[in-house]
Amino acid sequence: MPGLAGRMSTVVKAKISRMLDKTEDPGETLDYGYQKQTELLQNVKKGIADVVTSKKRLQMQSQKLEQQVVKLDTQARQALSQGREDLARTALERKNLAQTELQSLDQQVKELEGQQEALTANEQRLRQKIEQFRTKKEVIKAQYSAAEAQVRISEAANGVGEEMADLGLAMQRAEDKTETMRARASAVEELEQAGAFDDITQLGSGQDDIDRQLSELTSGAQVDDDLSKMKAELGSGGGDAPALEQGEEKA
Amino acid sequence: MIVRISGEGQFRLPDEDAGRLNELDNRAVSAVEQGDETGFKELWSQMLELVSGDGNRIDDDELVESDVILPPRDVTFDEACGEFTGEGLIPD
Repeated sequence: MPGLAGRMSTVVKAKISRMLDKTEDPGETLDYGYQKQTELLQNVKKGIADVVTSKKRLQMQSQKLEQQVVKLDTQARQALSQGREDLARTALERKNLAQTELQSLDQQVKELEGQQEALTANEQRLRQKIEQFRTKKEVIKAQYSAAEAQVRISEAANGVGEEMADLGLAMQRAEDKTETMRARASAVEELEQAGAFDDITQLGSGQDDIDRQLSELTSGAQVDDDLSKMKAELGSGGGDAPALEQGEEKA
Repeated sequence: MIVRISGEGQFRLPDEDAGRLNELDNRAVSAVEQGDETGFKELWSQMLELVSGDGNRIDDDELVESDVILPPRDVTFDEACGEFTGEGLIPD
C-alpha cells in the first residue's frame, strides 16, 4: 500500500508491533502456549469484569442521585408554599448540583457499556482466531512442503498476533477509562458524604459551609429561574400547601 | 487492501479506495496540526464510513495481517493529536 504508509496508521501499527515484541513471537505463543493463551483470555475476562464493576458503581450512584433530585424538588415546593424562600433556594441549589452530576454519570455509564460490548466482541473474535489457527496449522502442514508450510503458518500466526495486540490495546484503553471513572465516582461520593445532596430536612439552622460552597458552585441564574417557575406554578395551582416532611419548620 | 479499525476488527476494501483513504488521512493530519477539532471529527467519520461502509468485514476464521490500522472509532481529539502529528514514523 504505497502512499498509505500514512502517519496515524503507522503510529498505531508501530504501537502494535511494540506490543508484539513484548508479547513475544505470536507463532511461538500460539504453538506452545495453551497456557499463554489461557492467561491472555483470563486477563481479558478480568478486564471486562472491571468495566462491569465500575459501571455498576456508577449506576448505583446515579439511582441515588435521581431519588435525591425528586426529593429536593418536592421539598423546594413545600418550602416555598410555606413562604420559606431561603430553604427553597437551598433545596434548588442542591437539586441543580445533583442534576449536573447525574448527567455526567449517565454519560459515563453509556461509555462503559460500549466498552464492555467492544471488549466482549474482541475476546470472542480472538478465541475464534486461535481455534482457527490450530486447525489451519495442521492442514497447512499436511499440504505443503516444510519450508512453504513454515511461511504460511507464520503468516497466519501474525494475523492472530495482530488480533492479540489489538485486544491488548483495547484493554489498556478500557483500563485508563475505568481509572478515570473510578476517580470520578470517588469525587461524587465525597460530595455526597459532605452532604452536598442532602435533603433540607437534614439542614441545621443557618448556613453551613456546604451551603456557602454550593451557592458558589451552582449557577444562581438557574436557581432563580427554577424558583420563579415554582412560584408561578404554586400561585396558579393554589390550594392547601403541604407541610414539610419531617423536621417540620415553623413558617 | 485490508484495514483494521482498532478494537473493532478487519475490513477488506477495494484497492480503488486506497487513494481516497489516503487523501482523507492526509487531510485529517493537517486538521490536527491546525488544531481544527471540528474538521478532524468530520474527516474521521468520513474515514470510518469509507472503511465500514465500503469494506466487507473479514470473517473471524480468516487469519491475515492488516495493511493499515486505524485508531479506535471513539478516538478523542487529544489522542489524535498524539497520534496524527509530524511526519509519522514512515514519512510518505
